[in-house]
Amino acid sequence: MKEKIRIASGQGFWGDMLDAPVRQVKGGQIDYLMLDYLAEVTMSIMQKQRARDPRAGYARDFVPLMREILPDCVERNIRVTANAGGVNPVGCAEAVRDVARELGLGGRLRIGTVTGDDIMGRLDEFLERGIELRNMDTNEPLSKVRDAIQSANVYLGAWPMVEALQGGAQVVITGRATDTGLTLAPLINEFGWREDDWDRLSAGTIAGHIIECGAQSSGGNCQYDWQSIPDLANVGFPIVEAAPDGTFVVTKHEGTGGIVSIPSVKEQLVYEMGDPHEYITPDCVADFASIQLEDAGTNRVRVHGIKGHPATEFLKVSISYSAGYKAVGTLVYSWPDAYAKARAADQILRARLERLGLRFDQILTEYVGANATHGRLAGEPSPDLPEVQLRIGVRGADRAAVERFTKEIAPLILTGPPGVTGFAGGRPKVEEIVAYWPALIPKTEINARVEVTEA
Amino acid sequence: MKIQLLKLAHARSGDKGDTANVGLIALREDYYPLLVREVTAARVREHFEGICRGEVERFELANLGALNFLLHESLGGGGTLSLMTDAQGKTFSTALLRMFIEVPDEEARSLGIKEGTSDK
Repeated sequence: MKEKIRIASGQGFWGDMLDAPVRQVKGGQIDYLMLDYLAEVTMSIMQKQRARDPRAGYARDFVPLMREILPDCVERNIRVTANAGGVNPVGCAEAVRDVARELGLGGRLRIGTVTGDDIMGRLDEFLERGIELRNMDTNEPLSKVRDAIQSANVYLGAWPMVEALQGGAQVVITGRATDTGLTLAPLINEFGWREDDWDRLSAGTIAGHIIECGAQSSGGNCQYDWQSIPDLANVGFPIVEAAPDGTFVVTKHEGTGGIVSIPSVKEQLVYEMGDPHEYITPDCVADFASIQLEDAGTNRVRVHGIKGHPATEFLKVSISYSAGYKAVGTLVYSWPDAYAKARAADQILRARLERLGLRFDQILTEYVGANATHGRLAGEPSPDLPEVQLRIGVRGADRAAVERFTKEIAPLILTGPPGVTGFAGGRPKVEEIVAYWPALIPKTEINARVEVTEA
Repeated sequence: MKIQLLKLAHARSGDKGDTANVGLIALREDYYPLLVREVTAARVREHFEGICRGEVERFELANLGALNFLLHESLGGGGTLSLMTDAQGKTFSTALLRMFIEVPDEEARSLGIKEGTSDK
């Protein structure tokens, strides 16, 4: 067994810095590269892409990335875990295999795929059998939105990925797997942790939580003394250096920007935190109140003491459904009386929408530059503001009404308060709203499938 | 004296559906008891009046010198349903740091805290 392994974070979401994973591979020694591509709404976008083209439906950026780093990965035996497969892990794996062959790496690596997370085709079966998939937030039964559902995926944990790694996969491609599992799986694989070793599984899960948002633990979006954080242009993404006993150090490559410090790690630990005593994943229930942080040198934070509890009997399901339409329009008003003008424009626009008989579920007006982020906590805006952006959004079930709204913004330029600009982008776009429905399903209903094939 | 949280803590916030979470982290270990005493769930609910429409829950993380707050019904429906600029609650962190708490003069002096909003 290795005494320690280094797992590098290369992507905090689909759309993160394209060259970050390349820099993680080329910038120093690592054993694993984990890449998180899936946000909650990403699955429904991919579902639509696959409906148009059966070969699509995964994070396309992943394939050119593999082209760039695969030779290094094979040469130095760096293994990759990625939930880039979206709703089509098999298609993604095929594309990566094609790349491997083009690079002359055919026969030199194995690719693992994890499937079984997609339960779209089984929903009616579940509902008929009384598995209601109630919304975890509102407790409403799924039948309420059944006809509007666009995708349904279970969050799989680390174990199917472990199986793929044990089958010799150099690259493991999953669909909807947990972000934390992408880090935990390599640790289980290397150190042979047992399925009921809740403390270590929790340690690996927390390691995953710390690096799953990319540079958000290494100086990005860090409030603590933010002006002193060096060289964010060259920010180093985080790396976990883990030991078999479940302790680990958070660090980053030498010569990179950003910072790994106790405050930078703390900020990431509390990010998207619910009840910190019960951080629930498919693999364990981690206790964030047990985490001990220790300064272990420049850009090194040691994490130890982590305790955990047995996993629950359930898996979380991420269901997306169509929930109407929305559009947001903006205009900029300048000094003098910028805020007063923007408010007047809002009143005029609302009166016109009323006169047109347009009905919406919600109309929201914000004044960017005055109070869009902190609301009334920002205090009364200064009468001397140099400019204010009027930002008005609507949503509703009637696409035609939302469409009509988008045509009422530009007319305000010639028919409303003076000193207005900022309409170069044209009419706002109508967006279909794909909303998110979290639910739970008994683990016994789900069978993950793992396949490992030679490239 | 009145002290703004900006002088005592840093913070990060995020979302889970229509709930915003704010992690409030003491800038120094010895500020933490002050935060535990003064920054109660009720005070935070009052601070976010009109912004947070649901309950506020608080969790203590003494090991990190941090408090985690859940502000339910705060994000205009949450996720893609929300029309807000900050649909993901990312700026609730700094919105909380605007809060002032009352600290007895002597306690403030012993902790080396000066009155006002910022040292900088």
